[in-house]
Amino acid sequence: MELKPNNKLDIHNILNDLENYRPKRKGWTWRNKQTMKLGAFEYKQASESLKNSVPLPSAAYLGNIDPQPDAVVTAEIASGRFEDDIRRMRMAAYHGADHIMVIRTAGQSHFDGLLEGTPQGVGGIPITRKQLRAQRKALDYIEEEVGRPINYHSYVSGVAGPEIAVLFTEEGVNGAHQDPQYNVLYRNINMVRSFVDAAESKKVLAYADIAQIDGAHNANATARDAWKVMPELLVQHAINSVYSEKAGIKAENICLSSVPPAAPPSPDLKLNLPYAIALREFFDKYKIRAQMNTKYMDSSTREATVTHVLNLLISRLTSADIQSTITPDEGRNVPWHVYNIEALDTTKQSMVGMDDLLSMIDIKDKGYLYDKKREIQERAVLMMEEILELGGYFKAVEAGMFVDSGEYPERNSDGIMREIDGGIGANSVVERDDNYMAPVTAHFGYNNVEQYDESAKDNPAKLIDGTTFENPDKIQYIDELDETDNVYLRLKDSEKYRNSDLLKPEVEWLADGVVTVDLFFPAPKKVAVEAAVATGRKMNLSDVEAIHSEVLHPSEGTRVQIKGRVNFDINVNDLELPEELDTIDEDIIYDYVKKNPLKVIAGTGGDDEHSVGIREVLDIKHGGIEKYGIKYSYLGTSVPIEKFVDAAIEMDADAIMMSTIISHDEVHYKNMQKLHDYAVEKGVRDKLILLAGGTQVIPELARKNSMDQGFGRGSNGHQVASFLVKQHKAMKNDEN
Amino acid sequence: MNERKDDFKKRREHLKNMSDEELKSYFYELADKMVSPLVDLGRKYTSKSIERSVLLRMGFSSIESKAIVDKLAENNLLSKGAGHCVYRLSRDKGLEIRDAGILLGEGKHIDELKEVLVHNGT
Repeated sequence: MELKPNNKLDIHNILNDLENYRPKRKGWTWRNKQTMKLGAFEYKQASESLKNSVPLPSAAYLGNIDPQPDAVVTAEIASGRFEDDIRRMRMAAYHGADHIMVIRTAGQSHFDGLLEGTPQGVGGIPITRKQLRAQRKALDYIEEEVGRPINYHSYVSGVAGPEIAVLFTEEGVNGAHQDPQYNVLYRNINMVRSFVDAAESKKVLAYADIAQIDGAHNANATARDAWKVMPELLVQHAINSVYSEKAGIKAENICLSSVPPAAPPSPDLKLNLPYAIALREFFDKYKIRAQMNTKYMDSSTREATVTHVLNLLISRLTSADIQSTITPDEGRNVPWHVYNIEALDTTKQSMVGMDDLLSMIDIKDKGYLYDKKREIQERAVLMMEEILELGGYFKAVEAGMFVDSGEYPERNSDGIMREIDGGIGANSVVERDDNYMAPVTAHFGYNNVEQYDESAKDNPAKLIDGTTFENPDKIQYIDELDETDNVYLRLKDSEKYRNSDLLKPEVEWLADGVVTVDLFFPAPKKVAVEAAVATGRKMNLSDVEAIHSEVLHPSEGTRVQIKGRVNFDINVNDLELPEELDTIDEDIIYDYVKKNPLKVIAGTGGDDEHSVGIREVLDIKHGGIEKYGIKYSYLGTSVPIEKFVDAAIEMDADAIMMSTIISHDEVHYKNMQKLHDYAVEKGVRDKLILLAGGTQVIPELARKNSMDQGFGRGSNGHQVASFLVKQHKAMKNDEN
Repeated sequence: MNERKDDFKKRREHLKNMSDEELKSYFYELADKMVSPLVDLGRKYTSKSIERSVLLRMGFSSIESKAIVDKLAENNLLSKGAGHCVYRLSRDKGLEIRDAGILLGEGKHIDELKEVLVHNGT
C-alpha cells in the first residue's frame, strides 16, 4: 500500500493480514544532521527536508520552505484508541515528528504478563502485539510517504518488563523507556524485582538496537519544589545509565530524559540553564532527550506554549538529541489532535528560529552560571557518598532518600520510602541454580549452556535452532481475546463516517463531535464559568464542561473556554465549496512583470464606499499586486462605471479592477455587465482584462456577467497577480 | 530520613579543590560502586517475567508462557530456567519444543523433570 497525500489512510487495510506482517526494519534511527541551503537561507543545525510535509504557516511568504531541525522530534500520541491515533501519527509526521511515543493505558505496569487484542485504554492504550504491529505497519507506510524513518516508542516498565522488551524487539519498536527506578519510586513495584528484571530487559533492548530513555524526569513532576531535586536527578541518571551500560546497551543508545525543572513565573533560565549544563557535562557520552516541563502546567495553552519555548531555548543553548514535545492542552485533558500538531510546530518553529545560536553567543565559564553548575554537581556527588555510607541503593531507598523536597543535602523528611521486601512482586525473584539454563538470544546473567553444548556458549539459541529474534515465523500471534472490547466493534460504531460524505467535528476520535467555544463575560470568574456552561447548553451542545478560565479583571471580566458535543452531521454534498483560484510561482510573476510592465486601473464601482478590500489587494504593504511590480492607478470610491474605461484608455492600462461590495438587488453583477458593455462600445474590450472583486462576488457569476475573472471573499494579491499575468500572456499570444 | 538543614558548605570541603574533571571521575567511581551490586543481582536471579520472556523467544504465546511458568514456579523449578525445562523435556522425550512446553503448561511430566534436573543435577 502506498500512501498519497490526497488519500486517507485505510485502517481496514492496516488491520488486514496483520498476522503475517513483519516490520521492515529494526533499531533506532537518528536524523542525518547537516548544513543546508533552503530558499534564501542557510541552516547549520538542520536535517534533510521531507518528501511530503506541512510547513509553518509563515512559510507561505518564504517560498514554502520547511526546514527540519537536527534533533529527532517526538510526538506522544495515545488517545485510548490506537486506530484513531494512527491518523494522528500521519498528521504528526507531516509536521516533523520522527519519534512517535505511545503512552500505555492506566494500570498496565501492574499487569503481570502481556495484554493481547485491542481493548480500549484510559489515558493511553493497552500495549499489545496486535496494536504494536498495526501501528508499526502504518508507520512503515507513513515513513515512506514523508521520506524519513520514524522511530516508534513505548514503555518497558512494570512487572512484565522483560516480556515487553521481547515483544518490542519482535515487533520492530525502535525506542523504549526503561528505568527500574520508575518502578520503585512511582509504581511501588518491589525494588529487587525491578532491578533483576531490568537487567534482562536492557540486554534485550541492546540486542534490538533500541534507544533507551530513562525515567528521571518523573522526579520533577513528583517533587513539591521541582527545582530542588536537581542534584538527585544527576544521581538517578547515573544509576540507570551505568546500569544500562553494564547490561550491554551502548552509550549512544542511552538517552537521558531531562526536563528543565523550573517554569515561569520562577526565573526560568537562571534555574534551568546551570542545571542543563551540569547534566550535559557529566553525561557527555550519552544522548540527551530534552523533555518539556509539565510540573507547573495549568489549563492555559498559551502559558504552556511559552514555557515550552523557553525549554527549547535551553535545548539550543546546550544540546538536544531527541527533542520532546508536550502538548499545551496536557494540563486539561488527554491531548487532542490539534495540540499535538501545535506542539510539533512550536518545536520546529523555535528550533529553526534559533538555528546556530551558539555561534553568536558564549556560555560563560565563570560567575553565577559556573558556580551554580558546579554546586549542583557537588551536591549530587555528596548524595552518592551518603547512599554508599547507608549501605547502597536499596538501603537509601528504604531510608526515603529519594524525591525529598529538600535540595540535597537539605532534607525535609518527605521522600518516597520503599521496603526491600515490600511493594508489588516482593520476594518474587528466584536464585539461579548451577544448572540454570535459558536457550535464547539476548539473555542476561548466569546461563549454563555448556552442560548441553560447549559450542553454544556464545549462541544459546543454537540449542533450539534459533529464537523468534532470528526466525520471526516462530512468533505466536494472538488476534483478539475480548469479544466485547476490540477494534472491530469500535470501527463498526464509527463506520458511517469512514470514507463517507458525512462529517462531524472531532478532537481525538473519529466523529466524537467535540467542539470548543471561547467566551468572554463581563463578570467575576464564578459567574462567568456558569454563564459559559449555560451558553453551551443553549447552543444545543451536550456534555458541556468548562475547560479553562482566566480572570481579566476580578469584576470586569473573565475568559472561559468550554467544550461540548454537537449532535448533527454535515453532509459534504450539501456544501457549496468555493472555487479554487490558481496561483503561479511568485518568482515567475516578478520576472514576467519586469519584462512586460503591467498597468491597472482600480477603484470601487458605482455607489460603493467600501475600499478596504481593494486596498489589500493593491498595496505592497498588504502583499497586494504592487509587490510584484504591477503599477496601479487608484480612482477612489464610488467611481462611475464609464470612468474606469475612460481612464484605462487615457492611461493605456492593461486591466481594470473594480471592487464592489454592495450586492443589494444584484447591483454588483449589473455593474460588471455595464463595465463590459461600455468597454465594447469604446472598442477596447479585447485589449483590457476586466476583473471584479468583493466579498459577495462568486467567480463563476462574475464570468457569466462578462468579467474575465471574479475574486470573492479571502482573495489576495498573489491570486490576482497570477491571473493578470496568465491572461496578459494569453492575450499577447493571441495578438501574435 | 530525619530533617536536616542545608549543610552543603560544610560537606563540600573535600570536593571544593577538585578540578571539574576530577569531580566527574569521582562521580562515576561512586556510580559504579552503587550499581555493581545491583548488576550482580541481575546475574544471579531470575523472575517469572524473565522466564516468560525466555519462553516467548522460544516461540510460545503470552498465554502459553504464563501457564508454563506458573506450573514450574509451583513446583520450584524456576531456578532451573523455564526454557531449560522445556528444552530438557523436548530432548528427553523427542518432542518438538512447542509440544513439550504445552505439556508442561498442562502440568504433565513435571515429576520426571524434577528427577533429572533437581535430583541428578544436570
